[in-house]
Amino acid sequence: MKQILILGAGTAGTMMSNHLRKSLPSDQWNITIIDHQEYHFYQPGYLFLPFGIYQPEQLKRTVAEFIPKGVELIQEKIHRIDKDSNTIVLQNKQNVKYDILVIATGCDIAPSEIEGMEGEQWHKSIFDFYTFNGAKNLRDKLKSWEGGKLVVHICEMPIKCPVAPLEFAFLSDSFFTNKKMRDKVDITYVTPMSGAFTKPVATKELDYLLKQKNINVVADFNIECVDTENHKIIDYGGKEVEYDLLVTVPTNMGDELIARSGFGDDLNYVPTDKETLQSKVKENIFVIGDATDLPASKAGSVAHFQAEILLKNILSFIKGKPLTEKFDGHSNCFIETGNDKALLIDFNYTQEPVKGTFPIPGIGPLKLLEETRMNHLGKLAFKWIYWNILIKGRPIPFVSNHMKIAGKDIQKAETV
Amino acid sequence: MSEKTIAGFCIDCNEQGYLTNPDQWNKEIGLAIAKEENIEMTDKHWEVIDYLREQCAQEVAITIRKVGKSGVVTIKEFYQLFPNGPLKTASKIAGIPKPVSCI
Repeated sequence: MKQILILGAGTAGTMMSNHLRKSLPSDQWNITIIDHQEYHFYQPGYLFLPFGIYQPEQLKRTVAEFIPKGVELIQEKIHRIDKDSNTIVLQNKQNVKYDILVIATGCDIAPSEIEGMEGEQWHKSIFDFYTFNGAKNLRDKLKSWEGGKLVVHICEMPIKCPVAPLEFAFLSDSFFTNKKMRDKVDITYVTPMSGAFTKPVATKELDYLLKQKNINVVADFNIECVDTENHKIIDYGGKEVEYDLLVTVPTNMGDELIARSGFGDDLNYVPTDKETLQSKVKENIFVIGDATDLPASKAGSVAHFQAEILLKNILSFIKGKPLTEKFDGHSNCFIETGNDKALLIDFNYTQEPVKGTFPIPGIGPLKLLEETRMNHLGKLAFKWIYWNILIKGRPIPFVSNHMKIAGKDIQKAETV
Repeated sequence: MSEKTIAGFCIDCNEQGYLTNPDQWNKEIGLAIAKEENIEMTDKHWEVIDYLREQCAQEVAITIRKVGKSGVVTIKEFYQLFPNGPLKTASKIAGIPKPVSCI
């Protein structure tokens, strides 16, 4: 009997367990997945939780219910990977051997990376919304907040779901408008990038949103520390931004077990071939989702598109054949813009987001890079798709793993 | 995408003045872009530029944190060398793409 081991039962790991079990004969391959967490959270819902659009219980299911029959689930903490002996060492000192390893340990916020962030003001005047507790505590804060300077902030790139902070700013505008207190709230978006939008077509098409929603932008801001006493964030160049309520996206980092295993970059991401998803660490180690160092977005859709490609490459690896399936960086994200509207973007390593129709070229029903109510309904429908199709490793109708050119207004992109 | 003549060389660049093909870059072009950005280049500046070009050639996503841990400069020094958005300015001088997000 041979052994495939998956580390992490989040979006990517759970999908892979489903894909692999369907494809590998159970009399030849054991499949085991290890994750100490009891619950699987619907992470795209964290954005809506602070505004009361979703309730906490809608976002929480058990990890076990999505692991297919025939896959063993070990709910223990992982201490380290010993790549030389193909062994996982658990924190309870037990060892698990593998023939093939799939790392799907994701990434998490690391507020302690920024001086002053995780002190006594954490979840009092400084919040994240990238964790279940952060989003829930922020919801409670927003219920009673009387207004002032709201600063929506990104510490450093890369982050999971890079558009989420922008969506948070847009939804804040709607939230406070509906509460009839928008005039009491000053919204500032602070980013280390050169602007809220950085790609040429998106900048041209979407810059109006910031003006329309009266959101100030502070760009090129690389945070050095939070001055909680004087309620301001300070960057390395000495720039300062004052806040009454700081909603930040802390530094995102891969799991510490990657550092303990002696590989990973300075943010604990695993060096990975950007096309085959084989690690650069050892040939029988593969990586999927947020745990990779790929220059792709860290998002559930990316993990979904990667999953079938990784499956085919693992099957080739087992047969001793070359890994021919190539991931193109395909990503697909809804972007909430408030007032029950949303944008949709579909792009890859080389093609920037452009206008067009999705998923059926020329028909839609969703429109790319354009604010529509249908896109918003698509985003809300995605919760059902996530729980019922996506993490079970089933294909989403009309949506292919590789980005499609058809339906995209590429001509326009080149002339901009 | 457009073409631009800089320091006597014809280069492909985007409308923000970033080279779209790092292979077309040479030191004279870097120097001319630095002048446009009001930066007087010293040996330390060039060390940073060399580091950024190396990272870009290896397809490593460049971040402020990476530069700070490079051993070439600290983040504070990086700011002193290239004030107001050092990564953006240094990338432009180095003839490599501007760091971008997904939209």
